[in-house]
Amino acid sequence: MIKSIVNATVLFVLIALTAYLAFHYAPIEKTMGVIQKIFYLHIACAFSAFVAFAICFYANLRYVFTRQMKADWLGVSAAEVGLAFISVVLVSGPIWAHPVWGIWWTWDARLTLTFVLGLLYVSYLLLRSMIEEPDKRALFSALFGIFAFLDVPLVYFSIRWWRTQHPQPVILGGPGSGLDPRMRVSYLLMWGALTGLLVLLMRTRYGLEALRASVEELRREAEVQ
Amino acid sequence: MKNLDSVLAAYLAGWAIFFIYYISVSQRMSALRDEVNRLKSLLNKGK
Repeated sequence: MIKSIVNATVLFVLIALTAYLAFHYAPIEKTMGVIQKIFYLHIACAFSAFVAFAICFYANLRYVFTRQMKADWLGVSAAEVGLAFISVVLVSGPIWAHPVWGIWWTWDARLTLTFVLGLLYVSYLLLRSMIEEPDKRALFSALFGIFAFLDVPLVYFSIRWWRTQHPQPVILGGPGSGLDPRMRVSYLLMWGALTGLLVLLMRTRYGLEALRASVEELRREAEVQ
Repeated sequence: MKNLDSVLAAYLAGWAIFFIYYISVSQRMSALRDEVNRLKSLLNKGK
């Protein structure tokens, strides 16, 4: 318990520090002005969501091949935490878009595929809630999770493959792209802090799933008696 | 500064999502802990 409080406090301080750097250390972007500060949260959350969904994909594959329940616990934990991160992306994006594009939302390839990504992982969690039997639930959701992950590379490459309203990549975007060094430092620190948050949330969520398995086992014991 | 309110709204919404999610996990955990204790005492009574 004390360890969790210490971890959460360290993380809170780190996030506050990175937010401070994003607002005061990183320069104001020339074209968009102060609204570009949303970049640090928006992009870092998107990359963290991709990391969470990649962990979910790995755990789903692992479950299909090994049938270890711990892989299923890891899969659902990563899916739920990834969904929290992608929700931040879907909320912060329109807030950024409105003053810059003059619209909150448009159904271009990047935005639509990101919205679909969120829906796929909502479906993954809904599917789990509808199946009672633990082994069947784990297998069906693992197979669905493997399918859902196929949308992640589509989201990532959509702005490279198609013309979109969404801007071209500034990180790993090739010649002519890139960030001011102070922006890069602020962004990397923000992403580091959010990765710490990702780990903290996933550990907590994994603990919840382990506890749920204990409850199911105790219920079976109680039914036998 | 123009659009500063939008920036603050985005950051506040982001942290609110994480906070609400963390609270939701904690509440579910607390309910499960209560259930574990209830089932354990039920099993002990049965022995």
